[in-house]
Order: sequence, then structure tokens, then C-alpha cells
Amino acid sequence: MRVLVIEDDQETAAFLKRALKEAGHVAEYAADGQAGLDLARTNAYDILIVDRMLPKVDGLSVIKTLRSEEIQTPTLILSALGEVDDRVKGLRAGGDDYLTKPYAFSELLARIEVLARRSSPEEGLTRFVVGDLVLDRLSHKVTHAGEAIILQPREFRLLECLMKHAGQVVTRTMLLENVWDYHFDPQTNVIDVHISRLRSKIDKSFDDPLLHTVRGAGYTIRDSAH
Amino acid sequence: MTALTKLFRTTTFRLSLTYLALFSVAAAVAIFFIYWNTTVLLSRQINQTIDAELTGLAEQYRAGGLGQLVRIVAERSDTPGNSLYLVADKDGKQLAGNLSAVSPQLWDSVGPVEFVYSRPASGGVERRLAFANVFRLPGGYRLIVGRDIEDRRELSQLILTTMLWGLGAMALVGIGGGYWVSRKLLTRIDGLAATTRTIMAGDLAGRLPVSGSGDELDRLSQSVNLMLARIEQLMAGLREVSDNIAHDLKTPLNRLRNRVEEALREPQDETAYRDVLERTIEEADGLIKTFNALLSIARLEAGAGGENRDTLDMAALVHDVAELYEPVAEERGIALTAHAADPIIIHGDRQLLGQALANLIDNALKYGAPSGGVDNGWAPEVDVRADARDGVARIVVSDRGPGVPGPERDRVLGRFVRLEASRSEPGSGLGLSLVVAVARLHGGRLRLEDNEPGLRVVLSLPMEGDALINGAVVEPPAEKS
Repeated sequence: MRVLVIEDDQETAAFLKRALKEAGHVAEYAADGQAGLDLARTNAYDILIVDRMLPKVDGLSVIKTLRSEEIQTPTLILSALGEVDDRVKGLRAGGDDYLTKPYAFSELLARIEVLARRSSPEEGLTRFVVGDLVLDRLSHKVTHAGEAIILQPREFRLLECLMKHAGQVVTRTMLLENVWDYHFDPQTNVIDVHISRLRSKIDKSFDDPLLHTVRGAGYTIRDSAH
Repeated sequence: MTALTKLFRTTTFRLSLTYLALFSVAAAVAIFFIYWNTTVLLSRQINQTIDAELTGLAEQYRAGGLGQLVRIVAERSDTPGNSLYLVADKDGKQLAGNLSAVSPQLWDSVGPVEFVYSRPASGGVERRLAFANVFRLPGGYRLIVGRDIEDRRELSQLILTTMLWGLGAMALVGIGGGYWVSRKLLTRIDGLAATTRTIMAGDLAGRLPVSGSGDELDRLSQSVNLMLARIEQLMAGLREVSDNIAHDLKTPLNRLRNRVEEALREPQDETAYRDVLERTIEEADGLIKTFNALLSIARLEAGAGGENRDTLDMAALVHDVAELYEPVAEERGIALTAHAADPIIIHGDRQLLGQALANLIDNALKYGAPSGGVDNGWAPEVDVRADARDGVARIVVSDRGPGVPGPERDRVLGRFVRLEASRSEPGSGLGLSLVVAVARLHGGRLRLEDNEPGLRVVLSLPMEGDALINGAVVEPPAEKS
């Protein structure tokens, strides 16, 4: 996918460009808000990564301007300001997700991959299918190879979140934000324990596990048979 | 001169002057009213007496002619008093009466008139004011009946003088009093200002003087002193933080640096490098966490971060966060129970309160198990409950662990404070400080108590009654798992 990085720090931008390329994406870069705005207007990108503090035009204004011009490219805001208030301001300006510096690249990658696919039809689906695991969002039922699996409401939402982004990495923070709506660090790795519970329910009696841990990043659910 | 200008500028002095002006006007109006009323009343009285006398004399004249009139007037003139009489023929020759020389104007006038006449006195002749009514009789004769009003004039004069002097004295006392009160107040204000300047110069321990009279200045000084105490405390906190940062951030940074340096110095194989890099990232992540926690606490203590407050159900949040930690508790063999029956609606920031609650539960799970193989006879358990009483929401997290010894309870609320016994567990020592900061931001407080055995942490938050009345949406209790 084609990514535009608007970031004034040369080294960070170069790092992002390299790392995104390694992950199989094409990255372009603008060093200030005005240049970023011009590029975003003329080219079609799948995702924008915008630093909040930029020379000439600041990040939030760039996003606001683009949104007012009906350019709806999914946007991730990068910022050193990490409080909930700042986050709310960023999302209100039209950003789709918010990541606080310093961040792990795996977190950034997972988030932009999910963001880029946000406009895909998955959002409206009522049934998620991965291999022979089926989750019905309307009846709140989960079956694995036809066998019913009883899940607690929170486990259901955890699985739903993973299956919505099947094949993609979902980080612990993303799970905490999407399933629990918590934007803070719960210190202990509570998510890991919840995942291991979920895993014991859906994968225990099957040979091919569907729920995988991605080291240093998070979790993914995918059909390993393919 | 400057001192005097300063004095005139004081509110007290200006107020005194304003009041003085108002009272002077009121007094002047009142006195003038009295003066005017008295004068008019006296004049009317005199007029009536003269009229009555004239009528009587006219009757005598009609009954007994000029002769009888002259006789009666002569008779009356002899009685002492303020009455003045004159009967004269058309040439002005006096026939009877005690009024001798009459001016031509008086002679020619008809009806009531005011005039000056001469009267023999001890030192010669004195001129006095009189009021009379001139009546013309047939044949050019004149009958003049009057009253000496010199005394009345003097009375009026006296009232007028008294009034002016009174006003003058009032102004003098007013200005003097205003000056005195302002001076007194100014001296105290100057004292306060001087103290404030020394505090600004850096003496944070300085306090404004309190006279002890309990007046409004004292109350103000007391409030300012409380504020100064808070500022001093904050400054001390800041100094403490910089010391803590120096220690708790520099140490891991140094460790990280040493490790990388060592790896560079000695040629190693790739796995060894990998290992060093991984541990470096781990250390960096830990540093970032500590740094974020410190920043959050600092922001909260500075009063920021309350912008996202909303009405929320504390009971639901308690169940919610307990549910998040329930698998962790189970994994560690600790029974985690949550009790909160009715919705407890408060006005607060869900993220901050959630984090505070998470920190408390996390602490209880980490340090709340009977440690070091010491069995205190209790199965490891952590209980979280929330209730509301007297407008205060109380969230109580209790465990059956080793607890915190009494003297240490206040200390562990500080930043980076970790008890020796807990050093083996990972943690920054910032968890409780953050809870304290969140509690304070919401107007609440955090208290550590003995759970006999174990630790009981009580987070009290004020509930705002109006949040309930204003038709706030009451969330249903969260589903329990």
C-alpha cells in the first residue's frame, strides 16, 4: 500500500520509510505541513501518517484541511502529546487513529494496516469466518468446525475484534482500546491472559491453531492451512 | 507626597469621601428644611396675631371712633412686649403708639410689610427688624400694628450659622476619620505587600501576618497562607521529582548504556548482539513507561486532564476493571471478587478513574499474596467493592497480604517509593502516586488501612448531586463475567 509520511524529523522519516518498505509498502515523505498537504491533494494514498507538530502548517490543520476538501484518506496521527485530551482533539480534527511517541514500529504497522482496510466490506459483515471458525455477530454464536463454543461477552468481543482483522496483526494496545475502551497502560500484561483463555476455548481441541502470537507485536488470527 | 497620594488612592479613603459627600448633602437638606419650616411658621403666626389685633382695633374704632382707638393704642403701647403700634394723622403726626419715626415707604404701603425701625436702647439707639400691617382709616389717618422680628431674624441667623459650622465639622471629622482608617488599613496592606515581595524573592516559607482579629483582611491572609502552603508543597514535590528522576531514570539509562557499550567493545556473534538489542528495547520500554507515568502524575497534579469528565457509573467501572484482571488473578491463584450493587453515579474521567482502579487492583494482586512462604492463615484473596454514602463514593480494594506497616502508609503514596519487601516484583513505584493524583483531581482522597491482616486501600470520591438531577444518562451495570 502507498503511504505518505508527513514528519519534520529527517531521521524518523527515513526510518519509517525504510521500515515500511521492508514491510512491503511504498512510502513517500514530506518534511512540512504545506508540502504534505500538496502531496496528499495530488496523489492517491492508502494511508497518511501525520506528525502533530510540523513546520508551516501543523498536523491537525493538515487533516482538517484535507477533510474539508473531502479527501478521506485514513490518517494516523503521531504525537508526543499522549494524554487522553490530546487524543480526543486529534480524533476530532479528523484523524482516524492516534499514536504517542515513542512508539514501537510494530504497533504503528499494525495500526496502519488495520486503518487502510477500515473502508473494506468487513465492517458491515454479520459473519466472520476464519478456516472453520465462524462468528455470528447477530446471534452472538461462535462455532469451530460446527462445534458450538460458549464465550463470555468480553471474550466474544475479543474474538470479534481479532476476526474482523483476520490475517492482520492486532496489538495489545489496540485490543485494550477496542474491546475495553481503555486508553491507559494496565501494567501487567492482562491482555495476554485474556488471549490465553480465549485460545484455550477455541483452539484447545484442534490440531491447527488459528490464534497466533506475533512476537514483539501482538496477535493475529488466520487460517494456517492456507 | 507619594505616601499621601497613595493614601488618597486607597479604596477606604475614597469610600469615606463618597459617604461624607452623601451625608453632607442629606444633612444640608434636612437642616434647610427645618430652617425654612421654622421661618415660615413663625411668619404665619405673627401675621395671624397682627390680623387678629387689627380686627380688634378696627372694631374699637367703629364703636368709639378715633378717640377710643388712640386711647386703646396708647394703653397697649405701654404694656411691654414685642408689639409695635402707631396711630397717626394724614400728616404723619403721631397720635399714639410706641413706633415713632416712620419711613415714607411704610407710610405709603398698604397691608403687611417688613421694615427696619429704631428703638432706644441702653447704648443709644438700635435698629431692629420689624413686621407690620398698615391700615388706612378715613380722613388720611393710619393705623400701624406690627411686631419686632429682630429676635426671629437672629434665630434664623443662628440656625444658618450652626448649620454651616456643623457641616464644616462633619467634613473635618469625616476626612480625618477616613484618613485615620485608611492609614491603619494601608499600614497592614503595606505589611502584606512586603511579605509577598519576600515570598516572590524566593522565601517560600514566608507567611502573611495575621492580626488575630478575625476581620476580612485576616481571612484573606489565612486563605493566601493556605495557598502558599500548597505552593510550597508543590515546589517541594517538584524538587523531589527531579531528585527521583535523577535516580530512577538515570540508573536504568546508565545500565542500558553500559550494556550497549560492552557489546560494542567485545566482538560477539549475532545472537549475542540480538540479545543485547532485545534487552535494550526492553529497558527503553520500561523507561518510556516510567516517563509517561511521571508526566501523567505531573499533569494531574497541575490540575490538567479534567477536560474529559462525564457522568459515569463507578459500580460498572469497578466490575469492568475487576473483570479485566480476573484472569490474571486466577492465574496467580488469587480469588478476585467485586461487589457493587447499585449504580454509583459520579462526574469523572473514565480513563483516569479506570487507570486508578487498575493500579489498585494490580498492586493488590502483586503484593497482596501472603509473601515469602509466610502463611498468615488466609487464602489469598482480593476484594473490590464500591458503595455510596453521604454523597461520597467509596471504592475499597482489600487484600490478605503482608500489608503496609502503619508508619509507612503515608510514605508509600509518594513517588518512586517501594517497600523493601516488594522490590522483587516489577514496578516503578508510581502506581499509588498516580491514584493519589487522580483522586485529588476529582476532589477525593486515598487512604491506606489495616485489613487485619492485609492492606485495605480506600479511594473516596465526592459524588455530585446535580449530575444526577440534570437528567444524566445512567448506564446499566456492566455485564459480569
